[in-house]
Amino acid sequence: MSTVNGKAEEPVGGASGRRAPTVADFTTGQEVRWCPGCGDHAILSTMRGLLPALGVAPENTVVVSGIGCSSRLPYYLDTYGIHSIHGRAPSFATGISINRPDLSVWVVTGDGDALAIGGNHLIHALRRNVNLKILLLNNHIYGLTKGQASPTSKVGTIGPSSPFGSLDNPFNPIALALGAGATFVARTIDTDRRHLTATLTAAAAHKGAALVEIRQGCPTFSAIPRQPNRAAGETSPAESDDPSAPEHGPIRLSPGLPIVFGAKEQWGIVRDPSTGELGIGHGGDSRVVVHDPGTQNSTYAYALARLAETSLAEPPIGVYRSVSAPSFDQLYQERLATARPDGRGDLRTLLKGTDSWTHAG
Amino acid sequence: MPTEQLSERPEGARRLENVVIRFAGDSGDGMQLTGDRFGAQAAAIGNDVATLPNYPAEIRAPAGTVAGVSSYQLHIADHDIRTPGDQPDVLVAMNPAALKANVAELRPGGVIILDTDAFTVLGLEKAGYDVDPLTDGSLDAFQVHGINLTGFAAAAVADHNLKRKDAARTKNMFALGLVSWMFSQPIEDTIAYLHKRFASKPDVQAANVSALRAGWIYGEASEAFANVYEVKPAPLPAGTYRHMKGNKAVAYGLVAAAHQAGMPLFLGAYPITPASEILHELSALASNDVRSFQAEDEIAAIGAAIGGSYAGMLGVTVTSGPGMALKAEALGLAVIMELPLVIVNVQRGGPSTGLPTKTEQSDLLQAIYGRHGEAPMPVIAVRSAADGFDAAMEAARIALAYRTPVILLSDAYIANGSEPWRVPEIEELPFIGIDLATEPNGVDAEGNPVFLPYARDPITLARPLAIPGTPGLTHRIGGLEKADLTGAVSYDPDNHDLMIRTRQSKIDGIDVPPLEVEDPSGPPGSGADVLVIGWGSTWGPIGEACRQVRAEGMKVAQAHLRHIVPLPANLASVLSEYHTVLVPEMNLGQLAGHLRRETLIDTVGYNQTRGMPFRTAELASVITRVIQGIDEDAAGAAGTKPVGDVGARRAALSEAGAAKPAAHAGTATATQHDGTREAGR
Repeated sequence: MSTVNGKAEEPVGGASGRRAPTVADFTTGQEVRWCPGCGDHAILSTMRGLLPALGVAPENTVVVSGIGCSSRLPYYLDTYGIHSIHGRAPSFATGISINRPDLSVWVVTGDGDALAIGGNHLIHALRRNVNLKILLLNNHIYGLTKGQASPTSKVGTIGPSSPFGSLDNPFNPIALALGAGATFVARTIDTDRRHLTATLTAAAAHKGAALVEIRQGCPTFSAIPRQPNRAAGETSPAESDDPSAPEHGPIRLSPGLPIVFGAKEQWGIVRDPSTGELGIGHGGDSRVVVHDPGTQNSTYAYALARLAETSLAEPPIGVYRSVSAPSFDQLYQERLATARPDGRGDLRTLLKGTDSWTHAG
Repeated sequence: MPTEQLSERPEGARRLENVVIRFAGDSGDGMQLTGDRFGAQAAAIGNDVATLPNYPAEIRAPAGTVAGVSSYQLHIADHDIRTPGDQPDVLVAMNPAALKANVAELRPGGVIILDTDAFTVLGLEKAGYDVDPLTDGSLDAFQVHGINLTGFAAAAVADHNLKRKDAARTKNMFALGLVSWMFSQPIEDTIAYLHKRFASKPDVQAANVSALRAGWIYGEASEAFANVYEVKPAPLPAGTYRHMKGNKAVAYGLVAAAHQAGMPLFLGAYPITPASEILHELSALASNDVRSFQAEDEIAAIGAAIGGSYAGMLGVTVTSGPGMALKAEALGLAVIMELPLVIVNVQRGGPSTGLPTKTEQSDLLQAIYGRHGEAPMPVIAVRSAADGFDAAMEAARIALAYRTPVILLSDAYIANGSEPWRVPEIEELPFIGIDLATEPNGVDAEGNPVFLPYARDPITLARPLAIPGTPGLTHRIGGLEKADLTGAVSYDPDNHDLMIRTRQSKIDGIDVPPLEVEDPSGPPGSGADVLVIGWGSTWGPIGEACRQVRAEGMKVAQAHLRHIVPLPANLASVLSEYHTVLVPEMNLGQLAGHLRRETLIDTVGYNQTRGMPFRTAELASVITRVIQGIDEDAAGAAGTKPVGDVGARRAALSEAGAAKPAAHAGTATATQHDGTREAGR
């Protein structure tokens, strides 16, 4: 028995005698229709590799999406799936997940889908801690509708609906999720397959709602540059001495390790002992923070999430928060079980009630 | 009509065929509970009962004002009745505002029982009385019993250790005890009810029981109430009965449907008046395999319900008009994904927030047409409180058999009203389960077995349902147009046209029973000239009005539409057998317009949107005018046109008749000389 998605599963290749699922088992015959160079291809490919590794059978996996480029993903995964309506994927997924604890339920959404039209459903799925793995593919733009500014676009984004630059402040998806009380919050990037895989694997193992923001660019519309992939040796040779320079690439958060960055790890995230606030300091500073996503109090994770807005070119990637709490699904099933300790209620008894009378006619 | 008028004050218990009683008081006076208990008592002794609660939208409107008056009207009878009655015979008024708001509707000669404790200078002022109605002679047409209900109740509960305010609150039970005595109703059931309701508050429990008994004893002892009236049991069919409220009946119908389908019931809902009670009822039934989920909004509520359906539950969502508007996009998704789903719309006054606690039938066109794209959906309507059970089961049957969302229309009058309901035996209930797909049902180009989620049953056109967890049948569905059979995304023009027509054909082909006509004078064509047709909660008032018209020697037929989409196949042929088809509706003619579109038959509308159900006398008068209008036309009596809205419309139709081509050539040929008849087609 392996435990995946917080659920005990019989290994697919186990007692039933079926062979273990492969990438091919999770691949549909539908032609993939994303722009060349789009990070969605890498995310799809990662999912096709990840799902067999999790040991959940395709038929016990359900992928629900909303509307947008990213939301086409379920069509390309040979599982059960719903390509639903704009912003509402968490609601459909909630109806599936709480009724069927035997299923592994994933939500694929985008920055417009999850944070604009569907903001309400996202925050409520997170606060309830519904056992959903929510992949928020954040390309900072409305791609499918041709390039309008999204709720994660930077102020000043030029687009067809904001020809003079957008005026509204962007959401920080990590801070938003933390504010909604999410028990698992992580950020990764589409260009680092290894980090993406590790982060999604951690999300899959979490019991309860897991929000993973996958930062990406849009090759057609987004002004966000493609991230340099340090793990693949793509870091610019001209390392800057400025900690907020983009050349450093995103800070990588590793549980139990000090948060340091720069080619020589010359920079670090330090905590002001008097205020508890986080800032940028030298890598060798004794105040450098050791990353702990398991901190119950979300203040630390929130400060970390906010740091990028003021002091860094790119927000840190990794698991910001991962704490244990009962999932809504579990509480819901327990409530159902305790409501009928003696088995199923009798319909005849219900209909007859305690206030009926008999009429002889 | 009462056999004995209450005003005659005969000696001893006198038998009444029926009586209409209205309890009225401040929103905080417990009038809904009082009325509900009186109705339950009457039902338990075998009376037929119909009720009409009426209360303000605010939880507490300003105390003592007319705006804050809450009332509960009951009609109890020794025969089959369908409405809560037009005019109360007895009015219980707990304060001056309750008197002021209700006295105009009381039958002349009727009885008023009022709480003198509330008739203070301040109380009269809050109600807007310049002079005391108890002294100015304005109530001379009634029998007024001014009783210090509050004072007697407080005295009766003096030993129960209650605060003064709480002691005074038992006045509703004192009034109930008194009226129960007046109408020979045992109060034991209510005592048992109070024991249960206040089990955790022994003092309150004991005080309410004391007040109830004291009211009964006061009736017995009082000189003013020397008479006892009695309404004998009604000759209902044999069986076990319950006093059933409309919302509860719908909830129970849904539970029974899930039971008979062998599926768990899953409700996704968001609180909204007047539908919340269904959410409350179902939330309490976890032990009957009911799963309820209070969502963050109306959209999430239907989203969760659709998710539940996809996962193998019987998915249900309940709402009212504003919530329906929010759910429209998700309804379209359920249509294209072809999943079973029941959507209950308990209609209230609109548009917008409108009249949240009042009844209306103005969401019919929204139900039929209110989605973008070609999105056909079955629509059925509840006709009375007890009928909610059968109607809900029928909605679920269609949803499952045809894999389609179904809209079930109720309204605030049905939702809050109550009547005796014959409890069905489980064996009487239809089995409505469906087979889920477990095996591939097709082969791909290479001959490998595959699952085709959009292959169809040749008869019902229903598609196979494979729920997650079923090996080998993984598939994706969604809002994009699907290729026939495979369900793959398809932008092919011919396929889109085919799928639109197929979805429409599936709904058009739903098996619904033929329209039946109730007319003692004969079948369509050889009975009455006028057919009155309705849908939803007008069934009761139309039925009572037809009985009244017949009792006066005229002929009239009644038909009722439970199924509005699709309509019964024989509808056009039935309607065309009548000279005039009258359609009373609590809207501006939504069914009438739909009938014209679907049958090319013009009808005569009678429409009102006052937030209250039709009165029997009002509809009887309308029917009479229509019948007389035809007779006058037949006699060539021009110039004596019927009065009112109907008259004006009929007159306009008659004048237009000569120039208007007959839409139904087949039925108009023999009668083209008759302008009225021709116009009526």
